Amino acid sequence: MAGEGEKKPVLEMVQADGADEGCVTFVLHDEDHTLGNSLRYMVMKNADVEFCGYSITHPSESKINFRIQTRGGIPATEPLRKGLNDLSDVCQHVLNTFQVRFCFRFNSN
Amino acid sequence: MYHEAALPRRRRGRRGSKMAANMSNVEDIRSRVLLGEFGVKNVHTTDFPGNYPGYDDTWDMQRFQKNFTMDIVDLDENCMEFDMVGIDAAIANAFRRILLAEVPTMAVEKVFIYNNTSIIQDEVLAHRLGLIPIKADPRLFEYRNAGEESGEDAGSEIDTIQLQLKVKCSRNPRASKDSSDPQELYLNHMVYSGDMKWMPIGNQADVFADANIGPVHDDILIAQLRPGQELDIIMHCVKGIGKDHAKFSPVATASYRLLPEITLLEPIEGEKAERLKRCFSRGVIHLEELNGKKVAMVVNSRLDTCSREVLRHDDLKNLVKLGRVRDHFIFTVESTGVLPPEVLVTEAIKVLMTKCQRFLNELDNTDME
Repeated sequence: MAGEGEKKPVLEMVQADGADEGCVTFVLHDEDHTLGNSLRYMVMKNADVEFCGYSITHPSESKINFRIQTRGGIPATEPLRKGLNDLSDVCQHVLNTFQVRFCFRFNSN
Repeated sequence: MYHEAALPRRRRGRRGSKMAANMSNVEDIRSRVLLGEFGVKNVHTTDFPGNYPGYDDTWDMQRFQKNFTMDIVDLDENCMEFDMVGIDAAIANAFRRILLAEVPTMAVEKVFIYNNTSIIQDEVLAHRLGLIPIKADPRLFEYRNAGEESGEDAGSEIDTIQLQLKVKCSRNPRASKDSSDPQELYLNHMVYSGDMKWMPIGNQADVFADANIGPVHDDILIAQLRPGQELDIIMHCVKGIGKDHAKFSPVATASYRLLPEITLLEPIEGEKAERLKRCFSRGVIHLEELNGKKVAMVVNSRLDTCSREVLRHDDLKNLVKLGRVRDHFIFTVESTGVLPPEVLVTEAIKVLMTKCQRFLNELDNTDME
């Protein structure tokens, strides 16, 4: 579990007793649709994931419940980690492409 | 260009009916948003693994990199229009939301009013001062810690910019006796943002010697005074994000739209072609002379505003298919002048990367415990 003492929690995992590791709800603090929807898209693109969704519990609280259910007994942290890595790689590629395009335009003017 | 009628005609007017996915319109469902007469269809992304037999929709970074392109269409000092093709709406929307609310800027936060005898109330004046965009690169400053809040001494040179506004209005001794123009009668009766002076703290005078820090625009009217009224105000600017208060938003606006697509299902000629041309925005449809008759051709669907006017004409509505390309985003970013728009876009992408990294680090930390 993240968060100890007076440090604010960033990421929590909620799991029903007796459920296998494949069905977990992550609580992501200080996040909203910006990361929630884009991360949900990246996790859904994973073939091992049976269910992925997020919800904002209450609009006054800035946290999201992000649920992942996997098939085949894979622990749910794996698709989450892969989704975060893939999203980060997408951003890196978009950034590189944009900078190349911008330099190209800047130099040709 | 018109297609031979290979696509099955849709039954229009049936609200809420889903399109059956058969061989010929699978590509349509996957890649186009259909603009129908009574509603918009195929809005959501459906290309997830397992939804379409025969398609491999698992995330493939190579395939993404091959299909993804960007194109900067228009760029000037405050406004930029660029295209992103091959990305999903979830991520494009994330960039838009970050541009509006999570790219930091500097703005006036604390206003110390030593004297305000104008008719603008203190709080209204402070609100107006907060909304003035301040030209200072926020990447060179830190966030102020929320802990120590204790009067003027809390600001340090790394997280605060100090500005001063000191204006006194007086009667103009050289005005003629019977003029009624305030411009002539009074001195300093209009307080503009150009009157805000930067007071460097600590080593800011050396670090920012060549970048003159102050409001972006000099001609924003803050208050009006009459003789005897004065303003004596010190302002502290801090770094913040738009999520906290809209004054910190670095864009006038950032928005995107999908590329429209207009397909003519049959050749349209003569008088019908003229009417068709008037249904769309100017420059979208061009009338070509073929065999003595005017034939309509779609020349530049990007200019269309998708008003669906053509669907209001009974004889034209079945001859045209309106849609949008689901993964082609036309972004427009207009900056308030704090940072140039291309810098804002790169900062927004970096913010999303930082968010991902934060949770990856958190996952790694919990795994190690």
